[in-house]
Amino acid sequence: MLHIQCPHCGELRSEEEFHAAGQAHIPRPLDPDNCTDAEWGDYMFFRDNPRGIHHELWVHATGCRRYFNVTRNTETYEILETYKIGEQPQVNGKPVVVAKAIEGETV
Amino acid sequence: MSNVNVYQQRPTSAARAESPLFHAELDKLAGRSVGSAGVTLREKKLRGHLVLRGEASDTGFTGAVESVLGLKLPVALGLTVKGETSLQWLGPDEWLLIVPQDEEYTAELSLREAIGDRHISIVNVSGGQTLYELTGPGVRSVLMKSTSYDVHPSNFPVGKAVGTVFAKSQLVIRHTGEETWELVVRRSFADYIWLWLQDASAEYGLAIAS
Repeated sequence: MLHIQCPHCGELRSEEEFHAAGQAHIPRPLDPDNCTDAEWGDYMFFRDNPRGIHHELWVHATGCRRYFNVTRNTETYEILETYKIGEQPQVNGKPVVVAKAIEGETV
Repeated sequence: MSNVNVYQQRPTSAARAESPLFHAELDKLAGRSVGSAGVTLREKKLRGHLVLRGEASDTGFTGAVESVLGLKLPVALGLTVKGETSLQWLGPDEWLLIVPQDEEYTAELSLREAIGDRHISIVNVSGGQTLYELTGPGVRSVLMKSTSYDVHPSNFPVGKAVGTVFAKSQLVIRHTGEETWELVVRRSFADYIWLWLQDASAEYGLAIAS
């Protein structure tokens, strides 16, 4: 069970109060009528599935019922930060490899 | 005042009103004697519930609300109470105002009058939810059985209100007095929560107040 910081309630809450709602920071095409089918298809259906750092949209479903963003490491399930919609993440890029045990080598 | 139709939704005639726990006949149960009651439950029925939304950073809006109600708009997880009127934070731009029965219509009108043309919303949700009040030394134990949220006074002081998971369902818990807590329950969950509370408080002794 994780404890997740809700940026609106301002405290750590139990994971069961939240729902994940997919990838964050997906801009809607500014002119939907004139964008190509490929652009619209990318916007509607195609999502990243990275191994490592991922920016996601979560909703505090039983609390304040607001959406916010989460930076999560999909390998370790570690939540690195939560921030409000409209803000930019502080944690980016590839995750630091926490432990990579190679046979015969001490980490 | 904004160009919104506001209706008196509560019948002004002597029409019979049934609260969400009407079928439980709490008035009859209230007379029953219980040995030692660790938990006393009361349905604060048929109150006026209004959901108020507006920009928290707009001092014109917050000032208007405060001048009409005489209550400060609470910040995150806050609850302000004055007599039978209470104002609770629900979200960054959303509050729940609970007023005594029959006062929600005038409250809405005077709020709209004072707030003027700002971009706000006031919705009467009186028929959609109800309020349970739990009092007694056993209440905190009942809450601990029912929710994963930490209800210890160090984390949940009087004047705090949180929406959280409760008995596989969802509701708002409000701490209004040392041994007094309130639950804001949605109408369709009222019976389920009532059954759950009877079961959870059986070991402490459950008394009903009308």
